[in-house]
Order: sequence, then structure tokens, then C-alpha cells
Amino acid sequence: MKLVTAVIKPHKWEDVREALETFGVTGMTVSEVSGYGRQKGHTEVYRGAEYDIALVPKIRIEIVVDDGDAEDVVGIVVKTAQTGRIGDGKVWVSPVETVVRVRTGDRDSAAL
Amino acid sequence: MDGYYAFMLVATALVLMMTVPALALFYGGMSRSKSVLNMMMMSYGAFAIAAIVFVLWGWSEGWGGDGAGNADGKILNSPFDMFGLDGVSHINYIYVLFQLTFAAITVALISGAIADRVKMSSWFVFVPIWLTVCYFPIAHNVWAGGWLAQQLAKGSTFAQDYAGGTVVHINAGIAGGILALVIGRRVGFMKDPMRPHNLTLTMIGAGLLWFGWYGFNVGSIVFLPDNLADADLFSAQFQGETGVTFMNTTIATCAAMLGWLLMERILHGKATSLGAASGIVAGLVAITPSCGAVDLYGAIAIGAAAGILCAAAVGLKFKLKLDDSLDVVGVHLVGGLVGTLLIGFLSTSEAPGGIDGLFYGGGLSSLGDQTLAALFTVVWTGVLTTVIALAIKYTIGWRVDEEAEVEGIDFDQHGETAYDLHLSTSSAGASGVLAASTVAPATEGANA
Repeated sequence: MKLVTAVIKPHKWEDVREALETFGVTGMTVSEVSGYGRQKGHTEVYRGAEYDIALVPKIRIEIVVDDGDAEDVVGIVVKTAQTGRIGDGKVWVSPVETVVRVRTGDRDSAAL
Repeated sequence: MDGYYAFMLVATALVLMMTVPALALFYGGMSRSKSVLNMMMMSYGAFAIAAIVFVLWGWSEGWGGDGAGNADGKILNSPFDMFGLDGVSHINYIYVLFQLTFAAITVALISGAIADRVKMSSWFVFVPIWLTVCYFPIAHNVWAGGWLAQQLAKGSTFAQDYAGGTVVHINAGIAGGILALVIGRRVGFMKDPMRPHNLTLTMIGAGLLWFGWYGFNVGSIVFLPDNLADADLFSAQFQGETGVTFMNTTIATCAAMLGWLLMERILHGKATSLGAASGIVAGLVAITPSCGAVDLYGAIAIGAAAGILCAAAVGLKFKLKLDDSLDVVGVHLVGGLVGTLLIGFLSTSEAPGGIDGLFYGGGLSSLGDQTLAALFTVVWTGVLTTVIALAIKYTIGWRVDEEAEVEGIDFDQHGETAYDLHLSTSSAGASGVLAASTVAPATEGANA
């Protein structure tokens, strides 16, 4: 199994969720996060004082999938979250050793 | 007379609303989320203290007459002669209350200069001392026929301050600047971002200030002695004058908002909501002394000048490295000076004040009176606020310790935090209403 983690622009989150659901992903964990990459935040002005706002709000999606689905899921996220402008985000895949469904005790693929 | 009395009841309640909650909201929204409650408490607390002080000795020290100033021509009035409103008829209580609300908002205005870092106890000590030493004497000299008013009235004109350009705004502005200087900068000033945490509160506060300001300005009508004796003359002055002050208050504020937004658009590329809220207040400040002195064009000119100059002035604190946190100097001192001094140019005998300024053929007399009244306030309050501020600094001290300031003054000074946005620490999210209500107060206080 693989853990797919995607950090995307908040306004793309609904598109990504729909596309993943169509593909057959049945669940995910979503958090509101903040951070920065090459986009490097932005500047806001209050009463003439400029503030560099270093952290930009993003949505982080975490999905655990079977090994064979990982590439497809990554492809869907990249395709739907892309605007072509700086700040679109990142997607990465990491190996997962074990998954257990808390309700039943099912393990690994049966628990997804 | 009954109509006027009813009007004064409403006007007084409107001015009360300017401090509680309008100013508290205006300032609270501009402060950081970890210090918003403290910021609001400085206004609420100031009102309560000012009210008690005012009825005990403030009225006596400032006005000293039965519902009006005693016009004794002295610099200082006795705080004891009418202690506890001794000698004030019940029918005149409303005039005492009206002035009470002015004293309260003036001292509350100062708190914006020293946001996020001052012990509540030190603020509560400062408020009554400052009112006694700075506010009541200035009010006596400008409004109650004290020394300054009588000196300036010896010429062909007199100093006009309809509702408090000197007494309220220059007074609070200079005091705020001095406190910011003596108390010092916040930890991280000019390094950490200290942007306003909730501008919707600030927009609501500015709107409520504007609304309340009709009580403040329009309610400040003073009747000519002849008109008090004659019902028809009384009505004529009441209706003629309140229309003018209401009108001037409205259009000057609009001009100031637009002036501030224009400055921002030119200097920074965008017109901001904080700029609109600030422009509203700057315009109201500048039209406060002048609403009875100028005509329509004068009001537009004063408003626009206030919006533009105050928008420029708020940037100065970064050059001076003076942490006047919420721009009490930039808005109230500068706006107060703009309104007070422009009367010397734009005052017209067409307006209720009946004095022609420089641009209306009245010569320099009015400008001279206005300048002296402003100078008197700046010097008096400048010197005495410095003494009070230093006395507190070297006795009980002003500041919370650095850790408390960084962690958030709300929790340090009040044991509370304003917002509960995280599910994991929210009593409702974690354990439900029933469980939350049974948690021991100490535990909830620490975790909330």
C-alpha cells in the first residue's frame, strides 16, 4: 500500500475530491494547512505598513491506496489541481507498512 | 424645551455607545487575536472609572456650575466645591451625563497607542489621574468659561471648539503619543507582523462611531443667553443649528473616507477597508471642532484634508520607530489639529459660530485664537502626561512581562482568550455541553 499526500490550492479542493470519488477512492483525510514553497507568500498593506505574509493557506489531502492505484491517484490529483501558475502545490507517495480498520480489525487491503 | 430635553437623552446615550462598544470594536479588530479582549477591556474599564470620577469631582473641577460652566476665568477650578454633584439640580443631570460620556471616550481613545502590553492595574491607575490632571482642566479652560476661553475672547473673535477638537482629540492624541514613548515598543515591533486580526469588527466599530458621533457633535449645541429666555428664538436656534452640524458631520466624514482611500490607491495601489474605517474616524475627528463654524464647502475641505493628511501621518511612526500601536497620534492628534486650525481659514459668519476666518475676510484673528487653543492643549497635556507616565513607570510599572506579552496579554491579564476555533481544545467539540458545564472552572480556564 501507498500513502498519497497532496498539498493543493484551497479553491481546487472540491474538483480534486470529485475526480477522486469518480475514480473510486472512498475516503481520505483532509486538513487546512499553511506553508510556502517557491510562491513565497505575499504582501499585505495595513494603514500604509507592508507585511510579508510568509505562509499561504493550502489544503492537504492524505489517501492510503493499493500499490497499483497510486500512480493513477497521483495523476488525477495533478490533472485536476493544476492551474499552471506558481503555488499549485505538491504530491508525493510514500510506502505504508500496515493499515487496520478500527471497527473490525481488518488489515491492509481489506481495511481500505 | 421638552423636545430639546428628549434630544439630549438620546444624544447622551449615543455618545455612551461610542465608547461601549464602538471604540472597543474599532480598536479590538485592529489588535492581534491574542490581545483583543484586553484592548476592549481598556475601553470598557475606562468608561466605568471615568463615570464614577466624573460625578464625584470631575464635574466640579471642569464645569463647577448647575448644569453649565461657571465662567470664572480661572485656570483651575475646585474639585471639591460641587463634589458628588452637590448643587446640581436633577433637571440638569442630563448635561452632566452628556459631558461624562465625553470624558470617558477621551481617555479610552488613548488606549489605542499602548495596545497589547500594559497591565490592567496600571491603566486603571492612569485613567482617573489623567482625567483629573489633564482632561477636566482643559475642559474648564475651553468650554466652561475658564482662563483660556476668556483670554481668547478679549479679541474680536474667540476660539471655536464645537464638540472637542482640543479637549477630546488633540488632548487624547498627544497623551497617546507620550505614553507610547514612555512605555516603549511592543516586543517584535517592526519585525513581527502585527496586522489587524479582524477588520470586520473594525468596520462595525467605525460605523457605530459615526452613528454615535451625531450625539457627540449635534448634541453639543450651546444656546445663546437671549434665546434661552424666548421659546421661539430657542426653537429657531435649535432647528437652524442642529441641521448645520448634522450636515457638516455627514459630508466631512464622507470626504475624509474618500480622501484616505484616494491616498492609499495612489501610494499603495489598493483602497482598503481599514483605510475606509480610518478615514471615517479621521473625518469625524476633524469636523468635531468645526461642525458649527463652517459651511458645506468648508466641511468638504476639512474632511478631505483630514483624510489625506491622516493617511500620510500614520506612516510616520515607522520612521520615528514610535509604537503608537493603533495610530492615536496619526488620527486623533493630526485630525484634531487639522479641524481646529482649519477653522481659522474656513470659518464663516454664515455658520452658527458667526466668525469669519481668513478665507472669508475675517483676517488672522480667528486663526490666532485656534492656534493658541491647540497650543495650550498640547503643552498642558504634553507636560503633565509625561509626569504621570514617568511616575507610574518608576513606581508600579506599566508593562506585563515579556513572556506574557508574547504569549498573549488576554490570558495573562484576564485569564481568557477571545476565540475557541480548534476542535481539540473546544469544550463543545471535545466532550459536549453537559460535560463541559461540569468541568471545574480552573481546568476549563487553563484549557479553553
